[in-house]
Amino acid sequence: MLEAILLSIVTASTPLLLAASGELVTERAGVLNLGVEGMMIIGAACGFGGAWLTGSTMVGALCGIAAGMALAALFAAMTIGLAVNQVAAGLALTILGTGLAGLIGLGFVGERITAAPHLAIPGLTDLPMVGKLVFGQDPLVYVSLGLIAAIPFVLARTRAGLVLRAAGDNAAAAHALGYDVAKIRTLAVLFGGGCAGLAGAYLPLAYTPFFAPGMTAGRGWIALALVVFASWRPARLMAGAYLFGAVSILQLHAQAFGIGLPSQLMSALPYLATVIVLVLISRVRRGGSVAPAALGTAFVPDR
Amino acid sequence: MHKAMMAAALMLAAGCAGATSAAAQDKPAKLKIGFVYIGSVGDFGWTYQHDQARKAIVKEFGDKVETTFLENVSEGPDAERSIEQLARAGNKLIFTTSFGYMDSTIKVAKKYPDVKFEHVTGYKREPNVATYSGRFYEGRTIQGTIAAKMSKKGVIGYIGSVPVPEVISGINASLLAAQKINPAIKIKIVWVNSWFNPGKEADAAKALLDQGADVIMQNTDSAAAMQIANERGALAFAQDSDMIKFGPKAQLTGTISNWTPYYLARVRAVLDGSWASADTWAGLKDKMILMAPYTNMPEDVKKLAADTEAGITDGSIKPFACPIVDQEGKEVECKGGDHLDDSQVLGMNFYVKGIDDKIPGK
Repeated sequence: MLEAILLSIVTASTPLLLAASGELVTERAGVLNLGVEGMMIIGAACGFGGAWLTGSTMVGALCGIAAGMALAALFAAMTIGLAVNQVAAGLALTILGTGLAGLIGLGFVGERITAAPHLAIPGLTDLPMVGKLVFGQDPLVYVSLGLIAAIPFVLARTRAGLVLRAAGDNAAAAHALGYDVAKIRTLAVLFGGGCAGLAGAYLPLAYTPFFAPGMTAGRGWIALALVVFASWRPARLMAGAYLFGAVSILQLHAQAFGIGLPSQLMSALPYLATVIVLVLISRVRRGGSVAPAALGTAFVPDR
Repeated sequence: MHKAMMAAALMLAAGCAGATSAAAQDKPAKLKIGFVYIGSVGDFGWTYQHDQARKAIVKEFGDKVETTFLENVSEGPDAERSIEQLARAGNKLIFTTSFGYMDSTIKVAKKYPDVKFEHVTGYKREPNVATYSGRFYEGRTIQGTIAAKMSKKGVIGYIGSVPVPEVISGINASLLAAQKINPAIKIKIVWVNSWFNPGKEADAAKALLDQGADVIMQNTDSAAAMQIANERGALAFAQDSDMIKFGPKAQLTGTISNWTPYYLARVRAVLDGSWASADTWAGLKDKMILMAPYTNMPEDVKKLAADTEAGITDGSIKPFACPIVDQEGKEVECKGGDHLDDSQVLGMNFYVKGIDDKIPGK
């Protein structure tokens, strides 16, 4: 039973972690992309389409990434190229993504595919308790964990990561040092789009192997909130994603077990937990913003 | 002929609903009929079933009608705008197919007295607004009977959407029928507080199966729970449309909403001038709900299910036959003679005896 619960938690947390990882990188470069939900749903539609046409989870995942990136490229063209307001462009991206995904999905609603294969290492996967949990997940779970392990290293220990953070904290200074802020930010936005697309594709590829319009059901917005919740730190982001996943699974078990608390309250628990942790973090830091300093502001070098 | 034009993407992008319209030349004699959908026609559930009925209208009446639909219209101001847009475009009969469109429908109806409106599952009517709904609980009686026969562990898992009377009466009808077969049957209920969230529905199904249920019933719209049941070797019932493709080894049957006969009758009534506002609540007898084929069960259970269906259809089996005892052990007043009357079912806000859970918020 415990193993089953833990496995469900991993599945529920993975799309959140993937999407939030990408958004974290985007925001560290100073761009606020509110279109995560739109990039996720288009990733879900294209991911399913790819897998359905070819029968390959791998192709599906790549299609999801490509679709998320395509939408992100549009966002980058608007906000970085034309310096359009990022909030407005992000919201428009979500609405566009939702509409396009419905259109793309028309052809394969009601179809189903085989779920992503799970890792099976003879001996290891059969271990009691930890076997399936550690060695028996689908490949995308390992991708999400690999990403969240690599991101802090890249951001703190590599030149590329430091430059990216400079673009997010003080774009003018980065520019003065000769870095191409627009290019750095565009790459960060594309990375975020790819992650969101993959997170969306995770839903029809591994979570529930079919496509339905609106199947992301607000997960993109949760991913956005998680980035703030994590105060833009990758380690906290991972903790946040798994905390959110855990609370949302545990509340279902609590209901089935019949502990007698109102289900509406329990459905609200993941959000409540997030808000409380957020407040605690800002208290510990005695207020003050922990956001990248240039977050949400357009940078036009010649102005 | 109805030719769907899918130039909808950009309109959706602007926050509008995707619109399709007939391309044929307008003749004044044509009856224009509008539909407002909460989801997309491809949702393979609630909206899909309504659109099937729209297609049936086109097929039946051909050149005499012209249909238009707006999909993905959210409840609230957006709905009012969309309904009014249809009325202004000359539609003389408008179907608004979500409970939450109720106030918007009434508001627009008052402005356009010569337009006739049909609102699903609502309770507010006007001289030009009729309401209709399905007796979904009748299907639950059959499901409960089958579930009790098929559950080896004697535990039914129920995925509830939102705790409103329609859903609660479904849970009660299921358990009452199941208790007739196995008085010791248990029902575990998990609310997902949403009508559609595939991931969460799948998680709920997993939680219920992990906690000992082996037959899953659901009031939510997606096939996620069916897939999980199929994968884990459990059994499940479909919702709104046939989901056998998602659960070839799991699906027992399912309650399917079938709006076609009603829609055809109402269009005919407008055409011959006999349309009047009314409240229609129809079930198996009028084929407003249908049962998906009985599958994955032995012959004797199949026969029992078919007999139950026949009994409800001819009125010899009453899903809410008295006496009915609520959770506190109190006998419920029997307003319909030998069964609960419609108002008691429509406003049901208690659990029957045998459910050891509480209605959320009560």
